[in-house]
Amino acid sequence: MTISLVFLAVLMLVFGGWLFSHSINVRPWEAQSEATPAEGITNRASHLPLYFTAARVGLVVFLAVVTAVFALTISAYLMRMEMGPDWRPLPTPGLLWLNTASLVLGSVALQRAWAAAKKGNDQVLRRCLMLGGGLTIAFILGQGVVWWQLHDAGYYLAGNPANAFFFLMTALHALHLLGGLVAWGRTLRKVQRGASAVEVRASVELCALYWHFLLLVWAILFALVLST
Amino acid sequence: MAEHGQESASYAAAGDLEEMELVHPRTFIGKYIWSQDAKVIAIQYGLTAMAIGLVALVLSILMRLQLGFPGVFSLIDPSSYLQYVSMHGMIMVVYLLTALFLGGFGNYLIPLMCGTRDMAFPYLNMLSFWFYLVSVLILVAGFFVPGGATGAGWTLYPPQAISPGTPGADGGVLLMFVSLIVFIAGFTMGGLNYIVTVLQARAQGMTLMRLPLTIWGIFMATVMALLAFPALLVAVLMMMCDMLLGTSFFMPEMLTLGEQSAHEGGSPLLFQHLFWFFGHPEVYIVALPAFGIVSDILATHARKNIFGYRMMVWAIIIIGVLSFVVWAHHMFVSGMNPYFGFLFATTTLIIAVPTAIKVYNWVLTLWKGNIHLTVPMLFAIGFIFTFVNGGLSGLFLGNVTVDVPLADTYFVVGHFHMVMAVAPVLVVFGAIYHWYPKITGRMLDDTLGKIHFWVTFLGAYAIFYPMHFLGFAGVPRRYYAYGETGYIADSVQALNAFISVAAIIVALTQLIFFFNLVWSYYRGRESGPNPWQATTLEWQTAHTPPRHGNFGERLPVVYRWAYDYGVPGAKQDYLPQNMPPEEVEAASDDAEADGEVRP
Repeated sequence: MTISLVFLAVLMLVFGGWLFSHSINVRPWEAQSEATPAEGITNRASHLPLYFTAARVGLVVFLAVVTAVFALTISAYLMRMEMGPDWRPLPTPGLLWLNTASLVLGSVALQRAWAAAKKGNDQVLRRCLMLGGGLTIAFILGQGVVWWQLHDAGYYLAGNPANAFFFLMTALHALHLLGGLVAWGRTLRKVQRGASAVEVRASVELCALYWHFLLLVWAILFALVLST
Repeated sequence: MAEHGQESASYAAAGDLEEMELVHPRTFIGKYIWSQDAKVIAIQYGLTAMAIGLVALVLSILMRLQLGFPGVFSLIDPSSYLQYVSMHGMIMVVYLLTALFLGGFGNYLIPLMCGTRDMAFPYLNMLSFWFYLVSVLILVAGFFVPGGATGAGWTLYPPQAISPGTPGADGGVLLMFVSLIVFIAGFTMGGLNYIVTVLQARAQGMTLMRLPLTIWGIFMATVMALLAFPALLVAVLMMMCDMLLGTSFFMPEMLTLGEQSAHEGGSPLLFQHLFWFFGHPEVYIVALPAFGIVSDILATHARKNIFGYRMMVWAIIIIGVLSFVVWAHHMFVSGMNPYFGFLFATTTLIIAVPTAIKVYNWVLTLWKGNIHLTVPMLFAIGFIFTFVNGGLSGLFLGNVTVDVPLADTYFVVGHFHMVMAVAPVLVVFGAIYHWYPKITGRMLDDTLGKIHFWVTFLGAYAIFYPMHFLGFAGVPRRYYAYGETGYIADSVQALNAFISVAAIIVALTQLIFFFNLVWSYYRGRESGPNPWQATTLEWQTAHTPPRHGNFGERLPVVYRWAYDYGVPGAKQDYLPQNMPPEEVEAASDDAEADGEVRP
């Protein structure tokens, strides 16, 4: 559980620190002094900065939840590894590297799509958006092929906890990507129907951030599988 | 110049909120079924939660019938008894209390108390309720599949939860897993809404430290739930793999019914860690909204500002954080390193500090207050008593050496029912009596309310106090019958019969409450907009019940915190959060003038 606790501790430290800065020296029970009656109204200091729109904050909160899911899975992975004598690491098919490359490129493409949306460049936006989604679909299909290869080589899901965890983690990760692809599909449809870059900018941005996050999660999962 | 731009931009942002596009439904179905209005969703959540709660109440009575009068009721056999225990626990903790506090009160109160028109993502909010409803239906379906619902206990410990021989191991437990997954998905959608709305959509002037404590409680509970439910999700997913795909995450090698199982090497302890990593925060997910609501009810009905507001906020946050590092105290008897046990005993006892701060502050709020013993106030004061009583027995159980002999006895049942069942349920009732006038525009009947309170409050003690004695006598929990034992005295049976009679009386009294809810909706006294003379924004709406969009033409502007009660010199003894300072001055000038006229 160490991993989960570290994650929680970091999260709570940030949250607590932010809260502390907004509650220390605040005396809500004191009546507003007459000289500055308006201050209480105009002082939006304790509201989040403008950069944080509702959608962005929503995404960040959701990413915290997803991080909790993966942190706990990794915790379980490490604990189970210690607990049973039956843990036999499985080989890492070379295809995983190729898949990783395609996910990295997908993330880069979406980043470029976001930049294009900011500049209002409809052409580049559309091309990069499609490329990003396509590479992600390639990644998911590639993961499927890896599953098939492992299964073919006798590394069955039920055969060994290491296999089971590998299948579970890749499945969880792919499911999250599929969820992202739904959002991506809706954005792409808007673009195809002629929505301008400005209109879809917010959606593209959320997609890009989500993709970067899932790329990071994949990097951690992959490193975990490689190192154990 | 740059700063000016920033400033005007922040107003533009506030302006955006004000012009937040609401979905305006025209049809009955759009208004009340597929509604995106948080208030309607709140009532949908509330009614669904109460309906499934009634099922759990009936289950508890069935259990009591068996325990009080063993063998008399032939329809209760050992496996159905275990199913009642399991379903009662899971329903009460997750599907009633969590859903009612966060989905019900959260949805109703967050937009109103923060001074906004609706949740940040109304569509997601609607989806959240429908996921919840589906999860409840899947859960109930468990009773009707072959083999019945799961009888594994609400903790669903492997290996027995999915091993042959346990009731519901064929289909019931699977439905429980699926139901939980759907619930968690739905809750995540709702939870995102609660957090983003509190962070983003507060009215002008509503700084964090001016939020009513109800919102703080619900907010922190949501944060915790969003981080804790993933543990249950992961555990349930892994157990489903064990059950359906033959993996061995949790399932050890074992003989079941004389046959070698297909699993090997899995660790049931791993499940316990994951489960309680969710399960312990869950206690506080239920308790924190109750803490917040009680604070507001006490301040309003004692006409006094809450004692130590900042301390209360920080206590809520510290409890929330600490509750993530105490989970293993549920596993003292599962076998662990003694140092590990010592660590968790320590953190468990430390959590008593912020909790005690809250209790002291509640009592000090009452001190020299102008206490109105209204029905919500009775429930709130009843909560303080019950929570302290349940909390104190928690100090016993938090110590490893005391826990070991008391584990799995009725002492534990008595403890957790007092602290996390009766106490939050008293708050649920108090909150319903408190906010019902805003929800319907009518008061609940006072006499019926008082009968409901006294029977429920005293009855709860008649039920759960004796259980502590049963625990000392060594009576194990979860047993259908005790059979021939040398150490269980005959008097235990007499006590059990007494508890059962008390439980049946309390359960029947709840019918008075439901009758009151329905009767008052049609015949209750008109409440007016602010029957309790409360300061918070939900009582200052233009219409009661609040219409679609909550507030009238303009959103409220907040000038002060939520606890300006008993203000000297004010015309009324309270200052609503949105009363401009000019009006306050004018009113107090009037009051002074009145004072001069009077001899």
